[in-house]
Amino acid sequence: MLARVRRAPPRYWLVLVAAVLLIGLPTVVTSFQSSQWNLVLIFTIAIMGLNVLVGYSGQISLGHGAFMALGAYTTAILIARYHVNYLVTIPIAGLVTGAIGFLLGIPALRLSALYLALATFALAVVTPSLIKRPEQLTGGVQGIGLVPQEPPQFAAAAFSTVTGGTQMTSEQWLYYLSLAIAVLLFWVAWNMIRHRPGRAMRAVRDGEVAAAAFGINVAGYKTLAFGMSAFYAGVAGSLYGLATTYVSPDTFPVALSFQLLVGAVLGGLASTVGPLLGGMFVYWLPIVSSQTISDQSWIPEQISSVFVKAGPAVTYGALLILIMIFAPNGVVGLITSGYGALRKRLRGAGERGTGQMPPDPQTG
Amino acid sequence: MQEFLQQVVSGIASGGIFASLALALVLIYNAMGLVNFAQGEMAMFATFVAYALIENGMSYWIALPLALVLAFAGGVLIQRVVIRPVERAPVLTLVIVTLGLATLINGLAGFVFGYIPRSFPSPFSVQTVSVLGALISFRDLGVIAVSALVLVLIYLLLQRTTLGLAMRAAAHNPDASRLLGVRVSWMLALGWGLASAVGALSGIMVAPILLLEPNMMQTIIIYAFAAAVLGGIESPLGAVVGGLIVGITVNLAGAYLVGGDLQLAVAFLIIVAVLVIKPNGLFGRPSVRRV
Amino acid sequence: MARRGPKIAALAVCLVVLAACGGSSGTQTDPGVTSTSIKLGVTIAKSGPAAAYGTIADASLAYFTYLNNTQGGINGRKIEYKIFDDGYNPAQTVPLTHQLVEQETVFAMFGGLGTQPQTAVRDYLNSKKVPQLFVATGATTFMADFSAHPYTIGWQPPYQGESRIYAKDVIANHPNAKIGVLYQNDDYGQDYLKGLTDGLGASASMIKDKESYDVTAADTLSQLSKLKASGADTVFLFTTPGFTIKSLVIITKLGWEPTIYLNSVSNPAVYMGLAASNGAALKNVTSVGYIKDPTDPQWANDDGMKLYKTVIANCSSCNVNNGFNIYGVATAYTMADVLKQAGSNLTRANVMSIAASNLSETNPFLLPGVAVKTTSSDHYPITQEKVITWSSSAWHLQGDLIDEPVS
Repeated sequence: MLARVRRAPPRYWLVLVAAVLLIGLPTVVTSFQSSQWNLVLIFTIAIMGLNVLVGYSGQISLGHGAFMALGAYTTAILIARYHVNYLVTIPIAGLVTGAIGFLLGIPALRLSALYLALATFALAVVTPSLIKRPEQLTGGVQGIGLVPQEPPQFAAAAFSTVTGGTQMTSEQWLYYLSLAIAVLLFWVAWNMIRHRPGRAMRAVRDGEVAAAAFGINVAGYKTLAFGMSAFYAGVAGSLYGLATTYVSPDTFPVALSFQLLVGAVLGGLASTVGPLLGGMFVYWLPIVSSQTISDQSWIPEQISSVFVKAGPAVTYGALLILIMIFAPNGVVGLITSGYGALRKRLRGAGERGTGQMPPDPQTG
Repeated sequence: MQEFLQQVVSGIASGGIFASLALALVLIYNAMGLVNFAQGEMAMFATFVAYALIENGMSYWIALPLALVLAFAGGVLIQRVVIRPVERAPVLTLVIVTLGLATLINGLAGFVFGYIPRSFPSPFSVQTVSVLGALISFRDLGVIAVSALVLVLIYLLLQRTTLGLAMRAAAHNPDASRLLGVRVSWMLALGWGLASAVGALSGIMVAPILLLEPNMMQTIIIYAFAAAVLGGIESPLGAVVGGLIVGITVNLAGAYLVGGDLQLAVAFLIIVAVLVIKPNGLFGRPSVRRV
Repeated sequence: MARRGPKIAALAVCLVVLAACGGSSGTQTDPGVTSTSIKLGVTIAKSGPAAAYGTIADASLAYFTYLNNTQGGINGRKIEYKIFDDGYNPAQTVPLTHQLVEQETVFAMFGGLGTQPQTAVRDYLNSKKVPQLFVATGATTFMADFSAHPYTIGWQPPYQGESRIYAKDVIANHPNAKIGVLYQNDDYGQDYLKGLTDGLGASASMIKDKESYDVTAADTLSQLSKLKASGADTVFLFTTPGFTIKSLVIITKLGWEPTIYLNSVSNPAVYMGLAASNGAALKNVTSVGYIKDPTDPQWANDDGMKLYKTVIANCSSCNVNNGFNIYGVATAYTMADVLKQAGSNLTRANVMSIAASNLSETNPFLLPGVAVKTTSSDHYPITQEKVITWSSSAWHLQGDLIDEPVS
């Protein structure tokens, strides 16, 4: 037993450390900071879905913000108009969005990557104006307001015991809710990727004709990836609505879809921990560039004001280009290749590979 | 009937705007089989450069060609610095890079020039002429005329010059072209430069109509996508015809079918419908999937 | 692991307690106020589609800085004004507002921009009893729903009230007008349209046609062609500045010469100048005003305008001719006035009661006679406006102030 523990690859230890940190976080940070990390987790979930689509099935979507909108509005409408319990609305939002995504995946089959990018980009731009139209349902430009969700008895009691009597806030509860869902969805994606569907998807990505020759149902797996990816985005959208307690057309600008893509690319396409890094990045970057940098007195005023004025757009754009040129496998790719090189140097070239790292996504 | 005719003519006026930007998209596609998501932002930035030149006392007729030359140089520079390192990467990578460029340029323009709209001079007056009782201004006609001129020039370049032949060869079969002594990478740079200059011309022509500000082209690019896709993405003639059809369709649908607030949704529908039903558009050649 | 449990828990408690107590100063005043400072916060668009509005907050900050430097702040307390960029996206307004309240511990929010973003945080701020003061939107809901949201108040004249003034003017001066309306399909356009319809009352049938557009539209050519074809001879533009300029040019391009009514958000002379230089004829244009236009030569020697120019000279990201900047300074003036009146009783409840129910000031940046006034039954700070008409490249004030509260 002990020997097995000792032999466990370092990434298992990393997972353990990450789990302890993520679970313990709300007990040491403020309720507000929990709500920030909640948003990180929500972005992570959406990026996980996008990662399945882009990283593993080799398709592209520049319109995932539209799927998040669908999920968020499903939840908001069910809660505000039909008084459904909010916990029930989360899977419904996922399934509704997933079903729509699956259906959209069918025409998407006919499109080359370039045309798919174009069509989904147009979808992202058009989404806010589409939401405004069915006013009876979506509340039009007024949006739909939601009340903050109070933690259930068991969670409040557990939190109070651990922290020695502190009352659990809505933000802390939603953080745990998102964390539980993120872990569940991570487990689903992880299993799928390591087993038959994942292998089939990667085969399709790396060469459709060859995959078809091996008897893989190319169309089936591509639409499945689309549906699954939309399901993730729908769940993320649902949680997004609950976290911000308000959904409106302007909540889902084209910039949101863009943020998700940046997150997926930055964390590393076709990597399993990439989405968490991506989620952290896309949430914190605008805050760091507009707040933290201007608060640093050691940075000259002229430089910090550039960051504040130029907003996150310039940083996003520049980083995206730099990553694509210098580190097409994202941060995770950089780390693993660095780690691999280090190991090789330390132990000689005969070392076994570092487990099941997915192949280079650049072959898609 | 009079009203309907006016809507059609108004649609042609809007269509001229879409066509002019679509031409630049088509050029890049011809050069390297890519849709440049940053085309609109590059055009906007070039227009700001022209604006700055004019503001500093330069005459319009000197600033215009100078801005086009600068835009050409900028396009070549972008290709050399940003695109070349990834030019053999999959389409996905290239799309992401051009998206990055789009955001970067938009943010830079906001930072350098601010977000207050500015008026941009035009050589064409807003005087109107009557076409069978429907009115259209010289300024709108000017945009269409310039697009037509650019179309002819592109046609001559691509079809009637060795340079054009080399460009097309480099795009369609880079390896064979290389063997034949075509400097493929420079052909791509040339394609980017030309597309950038054509885009800049589009920006300079439409800025008096749309008002110059960093977000000027942000939604126009979607209409231009629709125009290019409808025309068949590699056909310059298709881009212009597609632009006019999209302009007319969007205006008529907005006025009589779905309401003016859903014009962009109509453009989106055009994109999806064409891609699903007839991916080669009106003037494109069917492509063969190579195994 | 089990043995370490209590220790970790104890550490956690300490941290939670620290975080909870860290911000408060421990005196009688509410959070955000110390003996030397008052901290205010705002979320506004400094990037994204509505970035042009971001300069409002810069101008407000410039006024506070001016007060801090020349008068040592207000009653000895310097004003800190924390500006966060929400990109006009409600989903960002929410966490940023939480941050300002819970982490930056601001005393009050002041000057938040946009109907959707500010609606997104209204319930939260009211539940926390943090004043949401003088939001930068004329959406009627921010004043009309005072009983449900007693910690929220607007500042500028409500869009609906402004529209009623136009309705009165049309009935008085153009009783046989055939009206065509162009409006943006959001709260802004719809609020204006509702005000006009209500104001016309029995004469609402004067509206022959109304056409909407979305902010993603390329132009408004199709809509205006339709309005013209409907036989309208009077057109209302309930449009944002960019679309207003385009629409004024398009009207000329259509060879159309209707009477034009223009909403006040889009009427600064700078924009009219842009429209003119782009070819708009600008004939028969009517609007309303309540704030002094910095480009208007009649205020050249006005004390308020001189003060404005002094203040704005220290704002590098401002433009002295930009109507948004004088708006920012004027709202900051009211904000400072409220804090001054609160004196040493700097509680959120007291400040809110002054702002929403006991305000009566003469603001030097507003047209002479325009009062900023609230009472226990009137929570609309500004309701008076003056009709203005455009001729020979400038606005001209017409007649008396018209008071048009929204009932």
